[in-house]
Amino acid sequence: MRRDIFQAIADPTRRAIITLIALQAMTPNAIAENFHTTRQAVSKHLRILTESELVKQEYKGREIYYSLEIEKMKEIDKWLNQFRKIWETQFNQLDKVLSTLKKQKK
Amino acid sequence: MKSDLLFDFTVDKAAKTVLIIREFDAELSLVWDAFTKQEILDQWNAPAPFKAKTKHMNFVVGGKRFYAMVGPDGQEGWILQKYTSISPKTNFKLFNAFADKDENPELSGSDWDYNFSEQNGKTKVSIRIYNESLARLERMIEMGFKEGYAMTMKNLEDLLRTLSQK
Repeated sequence: MRRDIFQAIADPTRRAIITLIALQAMTPNAIAENFHTTRQAVSKHLRILTESELVKQEYKGREIYYSLEIEKMKEIDKWLNQFRKIWETQFNQLDKVLSTLKKQKK
Repeated sequence: MKSDLLFDFTVDKAAKTVLIIREFDAELSLVWDAFTKQEILDQWNAPAPFKAKTKHMNFVVGGKRFYAMVGPDGQEGWILQKYTSISPKTNFKLFNAFADKDENPELSGSDWDYNFSEQNGKTKVSIRIYNESLARLERMIEMGFKEGYAMTMKNLEDLLRTLSQK
């Protein structure tokens, strides 16, 4: 199952996990130690993150390490940038309106 | 256009807000009018190629503005805003919700807080958008992202919902 990245970042615990593993790949146990929650809850968050492809799993020996997919995170930036553009466009329009109004006043 | 005017756009996930700051090369009273008078708002308040079309507006506390963003092919996205607080030429607040063409708003929306200040003939406007709703994030996904700017504005609301999900 594939999940939307925005669903992945909708939860504060998942955002905290993202912050943790952005620094280094970690095992589920090491991640769980950072939260006052059950190992199962952390596993569920990791599953959602993996399904959204924000996080990848790597097997090293008997351990699974989770790390961040930086490229996928950039999708969020791109998306946010659309909103920035919308405001930018509107404000540039307003600049023109204001300059016209100023001339009319004189 | 002048590129030396401040423009800042930040999303604060922890505070569940979007903060937009923009400077305008005009005196405060003019900029205030541009944000609070229907005939000026309609000249700029939708990103081209969309156009803002206000059906009615009553800029008083408790008053409403009902307007559409009209796309190049005539498609309309309706927005209902209710003014919740007004301090003339300083601040106003509104509650923003998407609506249908019959003025029925969606249940959830967001609170917008506008602040105006003037310095050296330039006016700074700060817009802080707070999320109100804990509506299901899945809705955002259903709506799809890329069907034009009106839809994108809608997505902003959804994004805010997303950020406030517990």
